[in-house]
Amino acid sequence: MIPLSHFMLISAALFCIGLYAVLTKRNAIQVLIGIEFMINAAILNFVAFGRLDKLAGGGQMFALFAIVLAAAGVAVALAIILNVYKHFKTINPEKIDSLKN
Amino acid sequence: MNIEQIVFYFFAALTLISAFLVVNIQNLVRSIFLFFVTIFSLAVMFVFALADFIAVTQVVIYVGGVLVLMLFAFMLSNKELLSGLRDASESFKIGHFFGLFICLGLFILLYSAISSADIINLPWVKASHAIGQNDNTIYQIGIHTMTRYLLPFEVVSVFLLMALIGAAHLARKEKGS
Repeated sequence: MIPLSHFMLISAALFCIGLYAVLTKRNAIQVLIGIEFMINAAILNFVAFGRLDKLAGGGQMFALFAIVLAAAGVAVALAIILNVYKHFKTINPEKIDSLKN
Repeated sequence: MNIEQIVFYFFAALTLISAFLVVNIQNLVRSIFLFFVTIFSLAVMFVFALADFIAVTQVVIYVGGVLVLMLFAFMLSNKELLSGLRDASESFKIGHFFGLFICLGLFILLYSAISSADIINLPWVKASHAIGQNDNTIYQIGIHTMTRYLLPFEVVSVFLLMALIGAAHLARKEKGS
């Protein structure tokens, strides 16, 4: 049995790597990958604690729901990124600084 | 140290190293393919948490859906990206420094919290029923989906329909152009 705290340490490190990507990257797709890392760190915690929850199964069920929500979020975010690229000709988040009108 | 621990820590190291490389590598196509390595080794760690169905779902959804979508969007928005990467890399050093500072601070905070929590000896962890290695978790997940977690399941299905319509609406061609 792998101890629970090791799962939590790995997910903490993964969350921090994702946060670094979100804070510093200048490409919207890499920012999106950073968000995916943070979501996956949360899912790893869900699954690691779900091992202790045999009767209700809450950890594994909500890990499934979180994976589905992450995939839907990626689809919508990539559609937005493509529209932004069509309009601004760049996907650098620091250069996208005007709203409609 | 038995074989289970060796495999687990190998894939844990692979996850963290490949995630670090995804964030730091210059070539964006390589970074997206390394993202696949990270996702796959995360799925291996889900198996070690006795959640095999979640691991399979992770591989199917991320490799089949998300990775292809990301490559697709990347190829469609790539024209002057690589040339713009070089000259902009000097002027954001200070932002990188603050980002690194925030992330390291958060990691130290989380590390101290996890190491001081002593999770194994918490009362609700001791009282819980752990999943055994011979339990059929896929069977349990099927029953739970249709009984205890029926409402979140329906909400997720409506949400997926909304995301489908929204993404198709966002990505459609304008009438004039």
